[in-house]
Amino acid sequence: MIHSLFLVNASGDIFLEKHWKSVVSRSVCDYFFEALERATEPENVPPVIPTPHHYLINVLRHRIYFVAVIQSEVPPLFVIEFLHRVVDTFQDYFGVCTEAAIKDNVVVVYELLEEMLDNGFPLATESNILKELIKPPTILRTVVNTITGSTNVGEQLPTGQLSVVPWRRTGVKYTNNEAYFDVIEEIDAIIDKSGSTITAEIQGVIDACVKLTGMPDLTLSFMNPRLLDDVSFHPCVRFKRWEAERILSFIPPDGNFRLLSYHVSSQNLVAIPVYVKHNISFREGSSQGRFELTLGPKQTMGKAVESVLVSSQLPRGVLNANLNPSQGTYTFDPVTKLLSWDVGKINPQKLPSLKGSMSLQAGASKPDENPTINIQFKIQQLAISGLKVNRLDMYGEKYKPFKGIKYMTKAGKFQVRT
Amino acid sequence: MTTMQKLLQLPVNAVNIVKGVQGVTQGQEEALSPVLTPDSGPQNWYSAVQPEELRHLRSGGTGGGGGGGGGEGSEDRSALEEGLNSVQTQPLRHDDLKEMLDSNKDSLKLEAMKRIVAMIARGKNASDLFPAVVKNVACKNIEVKKLVYVYLVRYAEEQQDLALLSISTFQRGLKDPNQLIRASALRVLSSIRVTIIVPIMMLAIKEAASDMSPYVRKTAAHAIPKLHSLDPEQKDQLIEVIEKLLADKTTLVAGSVVMAFEEVCPDRIDLIHKNYRKLCNLLIDVEEWGQVVIINMLTRYARTQFLNPNINESLLEENSEKAFYASDDEEEEDKKAEPATLAKRKPYVMDPDHRLLLRNTKPLLQSRNAAVVMAVAQLYFHLAPKAEVGIIAKALVRLMRSHSEVQYVVLQNVATMSIKRRGMFEPYLKSFYIRSTDPTQIKVLKLEVLTNLANETNISTILREFQTYIKSMDKDFVAASIQAIGRCATNIGEVRDTCLNGLVQLLSNRDELVVAESVVVIKKLLQMQPEQHSDIIKHMAKLIDNIQVPMARASILWLIGEYCEHVPKIAPDVLRKMAKSFTNEEDIVKLQIINLAAKLYLTNSKQSKLLTQYVLNLAKYDQNYDIRDRARFIRQLIVPTDKSGALSKYAKKLFLALKPAPVLESPFKDRDHFQLGSLSHLLNAKAAGYQELPNWPESAPDPSVRNVEIPDWSKCSSRKDRKEKKVEKPFYSDSEGESGPTESADSESDSGSGSASASGSDESGSGSESEESGEETESDEEEEDEEEEKKKRKKLDKTKAKKQAEESAESEQSSSAEDRKRGRKAVKNQKSASESESESESSESEEESEEESEEESESDTNVRKKRTPVLKQPPKQSKKESKKETQEMSLLDLDDYEPAPASASVTPVNFLSSSLVSDLEGLSLTDTILAPTTLAPSGSIKMYELLHRIKGEGLAVEYCFSRQPFSPEPNMVAVQIQFTNNTNSETKNLHIEDPRLQSGMRIREFAEIDVLAAGESVTVVMGIDFCDSTQAANFQLCTHTRKFFVSIQPPVGELMTPAFLTENDFKKEQGKLMGMNEILEKLTLGEKCVNEHVIVERVTATANLSRVPCGSDKECRFAGKTVSSGCLVLVTVTTKEGGGAQLTVNCEKMLIGTMLVKDILQALSQ
Repeated sequence: MIHSLFLVNASGDIFLEKHWKSVVSRSVCDYFFEALERATEPENVPPVIPTPHHYLINVLRHRIYFVAVIQSEVPPLFVIEFLHRVVDTFQDYFGVCTEAAIKDNVVVVYELLEEMLDNGFPLATESNILKELIKPPTILRTVVNTITGSTNVGEQLPTGQLSVVPWRRTGVKYTNNEAYFDVIEEIDAIIDKSGSTITAEIQGVIDACVKLTGMPDLTLSFMNPRLLDDVSFHPCVRFKRWEAERILSFIPPDGNFRLLSYHVSSQNLVAIPVYVKHNISFREGSSQGRFELTLGPKQTMGKAVESVLVSSQLPRGVLNANLNPSQGTYTFDPVTKLLSWDVGKINPQKLPSLKGSMSLQAGASKPDENPTINIQFKIQQLAISGLKVNRLDMYGEKYKPFKGIKYMTKAGKFQVRT
Repeated sequence: MTTMQKLLQLPVNAVNIVKGVQGVTQGQEEALSPVLTPDSGPQNWYSAVQPEELRHLRSGGTGGGGGGGGGEGSEDRSALEEGLNSVQTQPLRHDDLKEMLDSNKDSLKLEAMKRIVAMIARGKNASDLFPAVVKNVACKNIEVKKLVYVYLVRYAEEQQDLALLSISTFQRGLKDPNQLIRASALRVLSSIRVTIIVPIMMLAIKEAASDMSPYVRKTAAHAIPKLHSLDPEQKDQLIEVIEKLLADKTTLVAGSVVMAFEEVCPDRIDLIHKNYRKLCNLLIDVEEWGQVVIINMLTRYARTQFLNPNINESLLEENSEKAFYASDDEEEEDKKAEPATLAKRKPYVMDPDHRLLLRNTKPLLQSRNAAVVMAVAQLYFHLAPKAEVGIIAKALVRLMRSHSEVQYVVLQNVATMSIKRRGMFEPYLKSFYIRSTDPTQIKVLKLEVLTNLANETNISTILREFQTYIKSMDKDFVAASIQAIGRCATNIGEVRDTCLNGLVQLLSNRDELVVAESVVVIKKLLQMQPEQHSDIIKHMAKLIDNIQVPMARASILWLIGEYCEHVPKIAPDVLRKMAKSFTNEEDIVKLQIINLAAKLYLTNSKQSKLLTQYVLNLAKYDQNYDIRDRARFIRQLIVPTDKSGALSKYAKKLFLALKPAPVLESPFKDRDHFQLGSLSHLLNAKAAGYQELPNWPESAPDPSVRNVEIPDWSKCSSRKDRKEKKVEKPFYSDSEGESGPTESADSESDSGSGSASASGSDESGSGSESEESGEETESDEEEEDEEEEKKKRKKLDKTKAKKQAEESAESEQSSSAEDRKRGRKAVKNQKSASESESESESSESEEESEEESEEESESDTNVRKKRTPVLKQPPKQSKKESKKETQEMSLLDLDDYEPAPASASVTPVNFLSSSLVSDLEGLSLTDTILAPTTLAPSGSIKMYELLHRIKGEGLAVEYCFSRQPFSPEPNMVAVQIQFTNNTNSETKNLHIEDPRLQSGMRIREFAEIDVLAAGESVTVVMGIDFCDSTQAANFQLCTHTRKFFVSIQPPVGELMTPAFLTENDFKKEQGKLMGMNEILEKLTLGEKCVNEHVIVERVTATANLSRVPCGSDKECRFAGKTVSSGCLVLVTVTTKEGGGAQLTVNCEKMLIGTMLVKDILQALSQ
């Protein structure tokens, strides 16, 4: 399966290598660097690169390439999914997954990688198990360890490894028992020139932060479960129960996890919370172009649209932009031609707008491509699909936990064509 | 500066110390590198810095315009020399580490190991430290040890002899009582790639394969491919181990062993037969990575064992339809099959095992792991009937929301699938629309899918979408879009003209790439109907002045040449222009110019004769030999000379023959001969180790190979027994039960039965090759009855009478279907029942129950809570009911249920009431055993859970150590077991089976409980000789329907019986047990241990000891004997002022002594 792993930073240096079978020379990465050079954008590197003796499968996260070397047939998704899991684990352990963080914690990283794969086959990827084997580094623990000489490495087989609920460790204790659920929905949409919706869909997730003592058994039910069209679960969710009653019943892992991700059925019309009026034009023969953009709230169910950020990749011919925002700030990068406008909150009484002119390369003909406008926004306390959690019950433990549910709607890949 | 850098850097003084010694080496360095700065100080410093760091410096310097100057240059050099330096300075640097490793402080060792690991991580050579590191392999500090392992695995291959020094440590580790240590010893041992230890590894793997701990067995499975790659000659022995591990029934092992199977012997499909059903059923509980491997393997397996589910449908449908989903070779197959099938005309009946696989993998489409979803999707694509494949589309579309790498792979597979099964993805058309922010490779793949999905109805929307793509800034993507339009136009005749017009408009695009691509596509389209489009050709001829892209120029020239009759006036003129620029053209353009010249010469020799001569002459002296050859060849062909042979007569035919229009095909066509989701599919080339996906067999191989015999329960050996479990599971394991033929998973002959009796006999046709064919064809149903009967006999002794008639077979069918439903849930329940060690038995009620109980068993505590009391109320007295309530409560606790103070008071009541019940019912059964009532346990006896009611499907089992002598065997510990039947039907034949014990341990089973009525409890006593160890006794608890693996582990205090000694005797005995046999421990008494009384109570609660009279009130003495060997155990607690105390335990068996000390300490300090 996975032979070796190389971590390559943005400037193309290998800063960590790990081999699970016999050593593969790092020169194998030359093929990767070739592909990297050929790619115009960092994300355009093909995920799978064949070389004469090996195959390189890479994943780009946090501006680090995780390049896995494999030698024989293996499902590519298997490797890709695993690499992403590695990144998630690092993030979980160190808070961030950056080159600096990995270098600082190189020993822990190595110990983790050693536990996660055996002979290239995943061994323990469940974060609760890993944390029992290798304790995450904290300042306090480092200090204690240096004084007492104790270690970060667990001596016992993690209880989860053998249990039927491998995702949860035993003996969890909290003084404040809390369970928080965030229902986050993202709207993916393409709006065409005239403002009509070409495609729009809602993808949602329920992220949970559960800090409960013992072995609680939770059930979560929805007011309108029929909304959910397609779902994928954390392994803890009992599938049959969902099939039969549309109730989420599970013994939660300890800490943060993604309980569920779902797709709202396409039969439901998606409410588009913002509209954009735009007029971006270039005149033939002149080196000037007009740029006008106005944002407004549409179907927001009375909630405020916040953290609005508009960005657009202007045509290559644009030299500079001289714009005037009615609120917020904008930046234009003349090198990448990226325009971004940090709007903030939309005030329905006074719609934010961005107007002005663009200067084009003198003598160049009018660019015939139209920029697309990407919009990000957030709406608190609203799940745009109308999904509502009905109740959350806990069985199996005697205390009364504190329960909290938060809704949020965000723009996913929200794009307006001009 | 990061800590790692700090780690790697030498302490300043170390550098200084080193300097003196370094003198010689430095001299060499300087000799080697004349450019080196004479000052060695900074150089040392650099050599300590990471090269990456230096590269940053460098790139920064050069990036800033290369104006770094000489100083920078020399720095660069020194960085380049770094490699050399490090080799030379390493020994010195490492002396420091060696010293640290040799010290006896763990912290220093740890520090050194951390540094070394950091070196390895950066890819630095640390091999010369091997001897120093390997010494620490037996280090007590577990982290040091782990890091040493890391080092060892990395360098053992290079230092084989030295690595052998460590082997004995691992061999010791393999025997360690801690399973983690056993496992990690095996892991490291098998990872050391030293051929000389192959036999040791082999031995270790074999041993570990039968280890008690499933974790160790898993590690053994992992070790198999390691050994195989090290020494392929071990293959045969390894296959034996694989075969053994395949039979393992734990989910933990399943994934790993299939992995080993795939690497070592993927062609030994016969090993899977017996485990097929088990694997199908375990699948949902296997960890995600294992699921992927198992599903992929089962796909291959199914292709060899079952019939093509689409074989009939493809026959029924017309050829036009066929094009949608059937590849050529399949069609051929169909044709071959056609006469045969027509002759027999037998309807296809899916093998129940085939159905089992499809059904059990389906829920996994909901997995969060993309690889699992993909694995299921490919399984459905390759194995499912056409009508069912559709369900995977939704899940695949969902994956497209994931990381771009995942998207990339998924889209590749969707592209392949969408060619064959277009309908499947059509509803999701819009999900493939392209966003400007997608990476180019994703865009291109989405285009591919959109093109595949295009048909008459949706083409207009797709084309509109394409139109916006053409305006994109990403030119590669635009080019791909144009090609896509071309493909849509060739595939769908109605839109050809529209597309062509659109493309022609693009010819005036400012971007040359766009124009060029359009030209190429237009050329292909025009070839289909040239007559109508001479104006387009004229238009293109005009373009040739402006277009520079060679491919486009070549295309235009070819078009003009090919259709020169349509543009008789323009063509010679184009040739004239081209002749002028001939020498400056690219090779492909030159070739087309020659072509054009030749064609014109043939059609219009008057105007073009001279031009052609001129072009051919130019070509004759071209640098490229292809062009020279072509020119020579054409001259011979077209210019009539006296020598010219017969060929020139046919020149016209040769050049102006009608060319077939090109077919624009998806590059993903026929990629599905590779297993989808595989690396080979992605690359469209066979990767090393790829296992071909076999074609469907013409006739199904004997399905009975998958049957696992159901042994007679009463006298099956332990080995068989385990197999039995496997057989049983599939039986229970499924859910939907939608369609008849899929129902019975147990035997092949059942397959026909469910699918309406009419088809039943037909089905046997396929089975006619098998031995029992004669009978089968005669009466499928009868045999099925027999089968059922067999099952029944074993399972439902009592209800046997019920079924004999024909119709009973049917009811049977449905009940077994329900059975399965329930079983699935049960499996789920087990999963959900979390850590609870308990196992369970399905009550007999489930056999006959209806929907109600079914739902109930499904672990829904709510439903349960409401229902059970209602159901149970009438027959039970109120006392029972209250007990019921308490148990409902415990149900909610599901797992590691520790009796809280509140429930502790409940337990005794519970216990007593149950003993009353057993008085009534159980006495007659337990003739050899003391009546439970006489045991009269004190209220403080702790109940342990043996089987939680959820896991046990309603049967709850608890046990306690009654502390009574076990009369039949005085050296056994009496264990009192209480069964409670929480279902609403009887449970029968409760007994123990297949005890798996440590050597020396013995078990005396309780007599079988014939019937346990619904809601009743019964208490029995069994004896276990634990051999004075706290090892668990494992056995199976069987009901008439199920088996549960349970284990009883005694606390050390229960391994003894009170011994009655006088004070003098006590002192005398204590005097004998001194030294090693005496353990002294100081402790602080807990707050509540205020007086002697409490101490006595606590100690006796912890251990089954009796008090020995004592003169002093500061001292409490206790004595007991171990049950099995009768060794004396003496305990003394001496209290001191201020809550302090001293505990003394004297016992010949030191292990027992230490454990007892621990327990008592805990009890007293609470």
